[in-house]
Amino acid sequence: METLSLFIAEHINLIYFIVLSIFVGVEVIGNVPTVIHTPLMSGANAIHGVVIVGAIYVMLHLKTDDYAGLITGFLAVLLGTLNVVGGFVVTDRMLEMFKKKK
Amino acid sequence: MIESLLEICYLIASVTFVLGLKLMGNPRSARQGNLIAAAGMGVAIFGTIFLHEKEVPMLIYGLIGLALLIGTIAGWVTARKVAMTKMPELVSLFNGMGGACAALISLIEYPNLKNETGSLIAVLAGLIIGTVSFSGSIIAFMKLNGSLNKAIRLPQYNILNTIMMAVVLGLGVVMTIVPELNNSVNLYILLGLAVLYGVMFVIPIGGADMPVVISLLNSFTGLAAACGGFLYDNKAMLTGGILVGSAGTLLTIIMCKAMNRPLSNVIFGAFGGGNSTGAGDSAAGGTVKDIQISDLAVLMNYSRKVVIVPGYGLAVAQAQHVIHEIELLLQSRGVEVKYAIHPVAGRMPGHMNVLLAESSVDYDKLVEMEEINPEFSSTDVVLIVGANDVVNPAAKTDPSSPIYGMPILEVEQASHVIVNKRSMNAGYAGIDNPLFYNSKTSMLFGDAKSALTSLANELKNLG
Repeated sequence: METLSLFIAEHINLIYFIVLSIFVGVEVIGNVPTVIHTPLMSGANAIHGVVIVGAIYVMLHLKTDDYAGLITGFLAVLLGTLNVVGGFVVTDRMLEMFKKKK
Repeated sequence: MIESLLEICYLIASVTFVLGLKLMGNPRSARQGNLIAAAGMGVAIFGTIFLHEKEVPMLIYGLIGLALLIGTIAGWVTARKVAMTKMPELVSLFNGMGGACAALISLIEYPNLKNETGSLIAVLAGLIIGTVSFSGSIIAFMKLNGSLNKAIRLPQYNILNTIMMAVVLGLGVVMTIVPELNNSVNLYILLGLAVLYGVMFVIPIGGADMPVVISLLNSFTGLAAACGGFLYDNKAMLTGGILVGSAGTLLTIIMCKAMNRPLSNVIFGAFGGGNSTGAGDSAAGGTVKDIQISDLAVLMNYSRKVVIVPGYGLAVAQAQHVIHEIELLLQSRGVEVKYAIHPVAGRMPGHMNVLLAESSVDYDKLVEMEEINPEFSSTDVVLIVGANDVVNPAAKTDPSSPIYGMPILEVEQASHVIVNKRSMNAGYAGIDNPLFYNSKTSMLFGDAKSALTSLANELKNLG
C-alpha cells in the first residue's frame, strides 16, 4: 500500500497527463459519422506508430558490440516505420477518394 | 538547450496527433488531418535522431537510416499498390507491425532495467500488450485475406482463453512482485504465452466480427506505445499511444453498438458457424425466383426511386465503377437513386463509403441506416449487391439467430427487392437469409461485375 501511494505521489503529473489524454481521445472521436470510421481507424493506426520513436531511442543508446540488441533494434525500427509510413499512406489513399467534386 | 528543443518537437507532435485525429472526424477536413498528423510524426522521428546529446557511433546511425529506408519503401509501395478491397487486412497487418515494435523495445530494455518497479511494469505491459496485438493482428490478417477462413474453436474455448489470460497476467504480476522470479527465462516464457494468447483470442472469432477485433487490437497497440512512453517519459509516445488507446476503444464500442451487441458478446459469444445456424436453416427454406437482366432494366428504368444496398460482394467483384455508371444512367432518366449504407457493411465500418468514393460516387448520396430505413416504404426497387447479413430479417424476427437484435436495413418494405449474389451460399457470417424466399424478392445470380455490366448495357439500350 505504501509503495503504491509513493508511486502515485512520484508520478502524479504523469497520471494527470494520462487521465486527461484519455478524455481527449474520447472527446475527439465522439459523434463521428460512420462514413469516416475506416479512415479514422486507419489514421489512428498510423498514429500509434509513434512507438517507433521509442525504437530509435533504444537504438541510440545501444553499444556497437551488442549484436543481439542491434538486430532486435533494427527490426523494431523497421517494423515501426512500416506501421507509420504504411498507415499514413493507406489513410491518405482512402481519404483522397472523399474529395468533393462540385 | 538541445534537450528542450527535442521536448518542443514532441510537443508539436502531440498537438498534431490530437488535431489530426479531430480533423479526421469530418470527411471534408479528413485528408488534411491525416497529413498534419503525418508531419508531426516526421518532426518527432527526425527530432529523436538528430537532437541527441550523446555522441552516437556511425554504425548505429547507419542501421537506423537503413531500417527507416527499407521500411519507408516497403510501407509506401504496399500501401499504394494494394487494391481497395484489401484495405482492412492491410490496416490489420500494419497494426501488428506496431505491436511487434513495442514488444521488441521491451525485449531490449528488459536487461537494462534497474530496480524500478514502474519501469518493470511498463516493460512487461508493453511486452504483453504489444505481443498480443501482433499475433492477434496476424491471425486477423490471415482471416481477412482468406488463408485462414474457418473459425477454429477448441472445446470450452471461452474458459480456456480466460485461463490463458489469467496465466499471462499472473506471470507478469508475479515477475513484478517476486524479485527471484524476475529473470530472462520467465520473460521469454511470458513472450511465448502472449503470442499464444493473441492467437487464441482472435482465432475463434468469426467472420463478421473481424472489424471490431481489428479496432480493438488497434487500441491495444496504442496502449503498448503508451507503455513505451511511460518507460522513457516520452510525451509524444504517451499522447499518441493513449489517444489511440482511448479513441480506439470508443470506436470499437461504437461499432459494437451498430451491431447491437455488447463487446463481451463479440469476444466470448458464438458467431459465424455457431450452434444456432442450424435453426436458421430449417426456418428459412422455400423457393427463390430469379429475374432476367432485361426485365430488371425495364423495371428500374420506369421506377421513381431506387435504393442500392452495397456489400462486401460488390467490393470483391470490383463492381463499384459499374454501379456508379448505373446510378448515373438511372438519374438521367429521372430516377432518384440513393445508396443505403449499413454501419457494418463490408469488412470494416465505412468500408463501403471508401469503395464508392473510389468510383466518384457523391457522398451525399450515401445514406446511413437510420435515415434510409423510413424511406424504403416509398422505394420502388431495392438492388442489393453482395450484401447479406445487413438485410437479413432474421435479425428482427428469429430470436435463435446469431445476429438477432442487430439493426438491419429494412429492405422488405420496398415494392421490389432484387438480390445479386454469386450463389445461394450463406453470407460471411454463415447464416441463412429468409429475405431470399420473400415473395417480393427476385434473385439475380452471377458475379456482381458482369451482371451489373449487362444491366448497364440494357439500360443504355432503353434510352
